[in-house]
Amino acid sequence: MATIRWQSGPRGASDLDRLRQEVDQLFNSLTGGDEPFFSRVYPALNLSEDADHYYVRAELPGVKPESLDISVVEGRLLIRGERKESPEEKEVYYHRRERESGFFRRSLNLPGRVAPDKVSAHLKNGVLTVVLPKPEEAKPRKIAVQTT
Amino acid sequence: MRRGKGVHEMKDQEMELKEKKEIKKVAGEGTRPGPVYIPAVDILENANELIVLADMPGVDSKHVDIDLKDNQLTITGRIDRMESDKEVSLYSEFKWGDFYRRFTLSDVIDQSKITAHMENGVLRLVLPKVEKIKPHKIKVVGE
Repeated sequence: MATIRWQSGPRGASDLDRLRQEVDQLFNSLTGGDEPFFSRVYPALNLSEDADHYYVRAELPGVKPESLDISVVEGRLLIRGERKESPEEKEVYYHRRERESGFFRRSLNLPGRVAPDKVSAHLKNGVLTVVLPKPEEAKPRKIAVQTT
Repeated sequence: MRRGKGVHEMKDQEMELKEKKEIKKVAGEGTRPGPVYIPAVDILENANELIVLADMPGVDSKHVDIDLKDNQLTITGRIDRMESDKEVSLYSEFKWGDFYRRFTLSDVIDQSKITAHMENGVLRLVLPKVEKIKPHKIKVVGE
């Protein structure tokens, strides 16, 4: 699978460049086409990798670890959970109410193989990080070039 | 002003993704490069206090700044970078950024009693109202 590397455009990149980049991103998205880029499915996800792991991150403010259910099934990462309303006393008036609550369910096709039993997840300051280790055989290996 | 209960019942509802709202320019000094977003907030009021809840994922309690001057409440949150230098982005649906929002408060707040804490990326700010000055009774003296 092609590795798509996203870099922010050069300084002074025009809006058009940025738009083109976003359109490219849309077509190259790893969700396999069944979920468009602006899928409106909560939460938004970022995917990155280093030599040994894939990392999936999501902003989940106000979500507690016990209301999250994360699993890896056949090369797909599934994130399910609930964001509960914070309990407030009855006698309150809302001036503004922009924060949402409810259930969410999101899946992402992983770009390569992972070791499912070694997947870990943690929440810090309302940000979820799922760490998916690559199996030994999928890690890049340095081949020593020998001279004869 | 709306009644709190029953207006936006979100129970058993699937959440929709809302695009993060970016602000282009932040008034004031001490800004750093990178996008700045407007946090989603709830503002509640009861008899004694105003409560502000703000979603600021990625912001540690040490990096929240709250400023109240002349009824202008300013909330600033600085995020900690999560990615290591070795990571390469493959796919991205959202950008990281600091948070900034300013409100004008109509009530007089007792500044010395403001409390704030961050939990799971949500700021909870409690702004106690100044105790109402008791109505001054004017005695009508009869002849």
